Amino acid sequence: MNAVDTSVPTTLAGRLAHHRRRKLVNVLALSLALAAMAFGLFWLVWILIETTRLGLGGISLSLFTEMTPPPQAETGGLANAIYGSVVMVSLATLLGTPIGVLAGIYLAEYGRGSTLASTTRFINDILLSAPSIVLGLFIYSLVVTRMGGFSGFAGVLSLALIVIPVVVRTTENMLSLIPAALREAAYALGTPKWRVIMTLTLRAARAGVITGVLLAFARIAGETAPLLFTALSNQFFTSDLTKPMASLPVTIFKFAMSPYENWQKLAWAGVFLITMGVLVLNILARTFFRTKQ
Amino acid sequence: MLPASSFQDATARSRAEPGRRPPARRRPLPWADTLFSALAHGAALLTLALLAGIIVSLVIGAAPAIREYGLAFLWTSEWDPVRNRYGGLVMIYGTLMTSLIALLIAVPVSFGIALFLTELSPSWLKRPLGTAIELLAAVPSIVYGMWGLLVFSPILARFVQAPLQQVFSGVPVLGQLFSGPPVGIGLLSAGIILAIMVIPFIASVMRDVFEVTPPMLKESAYALGSTTWEVVWKVVLPYTKTGVVGGIMLGLGRAIGETMAVTFVIGNFNQLNTLSLFEAANSITSALANEFGEAAPGLHQASLIYLGLVLFFITFVVLAISKFLLSRLKKREGSVT
Repeated sequence: MNAVDTSVPTTLAGRLAHHRRRKLVNVLALSLALAAMAFGLFWLVWILIETTRLGLGGISLSLFTEMTPPPQAETGGLANAIYGSVVMVSLATLLGTPIGVLAGIYLAEYGRGSTLASTTRFINDILLSAPSIVLGLFIYSLVVTRMGGFSGFAGVLSLALIVIPVVVRTTENMLSLIPAALREAAYALGTPKWRVIMTLTLRAARAGVITGVLLAFARIAGETAPLLFTALSNQFFTSDLTKPMASLPVTIFKFAMSPYENWQKLAWAGVFLITMGVLVLNILARTFFRTKQ
Repeated sequence: MLPASSFQDATARSRAEPGRRPPARRRPLPWADTLFSALAHGAALLTLALLAGIIVSLVIGAAPAIREYGLAFLWTSEWDPVRNRYGGLVMIYGTLMTSLIALLIAVPVSFGIALFLTELSPSWLKRPLGTAIELLAAVPSIVYGMWGLLVFSPILARFVQAPLQQVFSGVPVLGQLFSGPPVGIGLLSAGIILAIMVIPFIASVMRDVFEVTPPMLKESAYALGSTTWEVVWKVVLPYTKTGVVGGIMLGLGRAIGETMAVTFVIGNFNQLNTLSLFEAANSITSALANEFGEAAPGLHQASLIYLGLVLFFITFVVLAISKFLLSRLKKREGSVT
């Protein structure tokens, strides 16, 4: 190996100095690694402290019962935005999960080694990291321009596009962890393939798949960019999916950029809600999967 | 494993009740297998169709702008909705520059974190610390944006930008980079916040590839008297370099496509007059986020979609390279062990 240093001095004093220098470099590098770790944690802690400090004061019952107020109003809450977010995120998860699970099943159970499978896997990884604002553009030109306006339904579709690749990825990973002997045992008993998958492999991989769905849910709960020109926003309460619909992230965006104090306060309260919700979901998903493993 | 144990449970239960009748024979469903297989194939094809659909719809949407400007769009800096003339250079520069700053900060830090997690951390701390770093990726980008604009940028302006300006005011290139109003909004703060956002992605890929280094290699180096640093720098890193570069590209893809956090702190100002990192600027994503909702159908909208197409193309190439490099490492890992 060429990693061996050939410039080692020959005298004893020189060798000792060389040794000391190597030790020093080692200590220095490891201290820097420690510092990098602290650097990463520092931001997490700082963000959590600030969102709690600035957002906790705005949490009250009226936040969940009152509509988004006009600028400089005395009262007001985020009820319509919270409702819109819950509806759109849930529907998008419901829509994206079956498609994602089925595609994951294809990759792990049907398409092993085929060109279609490796292409799909590659494309799925691209979609997984594709800029979410581009997905919004896609839905805008596919749905919004044809349906004649912004709608909650378009928002649901654009969020579902984010769910699908996440679920495909986790489903495939979890299914390929299932030992082949299990499948072979079932086949040997004469079980049809779809039944093997549904009652055996998918069931065994259940915990991991649910984790993936939870993580996808958490991810789209905080997504703003794809909603900007699909669901737009709405000052009022609506449960009509063909109308523009408010959502928590878009409302936060609008309120945070405004100069009005009451809007900014509501935005911080919203940021606190979203951060805590997403972090709790993430930790839940991870611990859930761990205990099942 | 869960499946094996539940299977055993079931057999144990049936043995415990010897008088139980065998379950009724299920009627075979000959079409069920075909249907299920068709559904699974259909879902996979849908994923492929999605990507094709995205590309086609972006090209159609951008067609008027592509016809009008062609590739010159990429190096024209004029963006004037009033006179209806558009060029994407300012935004493309903003996107690339913020991502570059982000990588300059994130790569060494992520390397440090991965080194800490694989070589230094006591094993009981590995998991909680790894999760904490991954949680940085879970924080929604709108939270980074609002925190960045209202909390971080005033502090950056006061304690970093102003001192930097004083120190480097006479120096040729650096002085230019650090000129401009130190208000905490612009390319530099966008880059720093992007760095925080991509650290978890790069760090977790690096940690994962460091862990696939065969212990035999590392132990041999230790046996020759190497220090921990020498093992990591001269054995682990060369062995995993394709994976490490793949992880960096993954982070780059994320940084390029990030929207909300950048929109909050970049300042959204179309200028390319100075080299300054402190000036307000614009990126592809923030231009889309700010202007697309209000853009009139026609050349303005088409130009914005053209920008979106450029963005998608850049991330596609970056992610494809990342994927290729990571899969190469996996193949080699298979052949070595």
